[in-house]
Amino acid sequence: MSSSAHTAVHHVHRDDYGSRMGMWLFLFTELILFGGLFIVYAVYRFVHQQEFHLAAQELNTVVGLLNTVILLTSSMTAAMAVTAIQKGNVRFAKGLLWVTVLFAGAFMLNKYFEWSAKIHHGIYPGSPDLLAKPEGEILYFGLYYVMTGLHALHVIIGVVFFLFILRQIGQGKVTPTSYVRLENSALYWHLVDLIWIFLFPLFYLIH
Amino acid sequence: MSEQTHEHGHGHVVPYGKYVFIWLALIAFTGITVTAAGIGLGNWTIVLALAIASAKSWFVLNYFMHLRYEDAVFKTFIAVAFITFAIFITFTFWDYSFTR
Repeated sequence: MSSSAHTAVHHVHRDDYGSRMGMWLFLFTELILFGGLFIVYAVYRFVHQQEFHLAAQELNTVVGLLNTVILLTSSMTAAMAVTAIQKGNVRFAKGLLWVTVLFAGAFMLNKYFEWSAKIHHGIYPGSPDLLAKPEGEILYFGLYYVMTGLHALHVIIGVVFFLFILRQIGQGKVTPTSYVRLENSALYWHLVDLIWIFLFPLFYLIH
Repeated sequence: MSEQTHEHGHGHVVPYGKYVFIWLALIAFTGITVTAAGIGLGNWTIVLALAIASAKSWFVLNYFMHLRYEDAVFKTFIAVAFITFAIFITFTFWDYSFTR
């Protein structure tokens, strides 16, 4: 009797499978969130094809391409961090997470310069220069700011997740035998990468 | 002291080299998209761009996100999510083409 009570006390309630499933369910709500915006984009582009083409000329393809490469690479380092902790190489896992955070910073820096240049040229939501343009171009830039802005917000949240995980590794709460939080943070980061995979051609590569 | 942990369907270790390979594929696809957009294939540009973006997503989902190592439940989830999204798109354009 007392021995079974003793066992019950030390039973670790942990369901990594359930945790990952919960994360995937959350990611689907994200898919619908961005999906809604992609539908709005599709309809307006369908209606204003010429104006979308014209407006897209204003974007710098090189900056978009650079950010694509940065995000793809950061996704690789995040995935590798999971492998590293699975193999018990905690130091390497931490290093890879810092590299991922660094890439995220580089992405945001690019975004900052890109938006600054646009705003400097008088293109921002509600600006007199933008409102003077045809309706299709106003819609294009409205969607550009909302969709890349919402995406950038996700980049920031992803960084917060990784910094939290780095702290938890330091505290011994994320370990080579218990790393589902790292896995879930990496899943979130890959979603951020997935969204960008579609944003890049739809906003930067209309010719 | 007995310690029980639930490790259902867990612990598939993907080697680093495989991730590098996937990364190379993703970079190559990006190069193709940018080049194709520069050529100017007219209406086919968007079709090709979306096809390549879907191919890239497939790699990210299956390898980076470990979907191929997960149970059928996860794959069913994602199928339901994508079908839901496809219905949204279809009905939006259907509705749009009749109410214009």
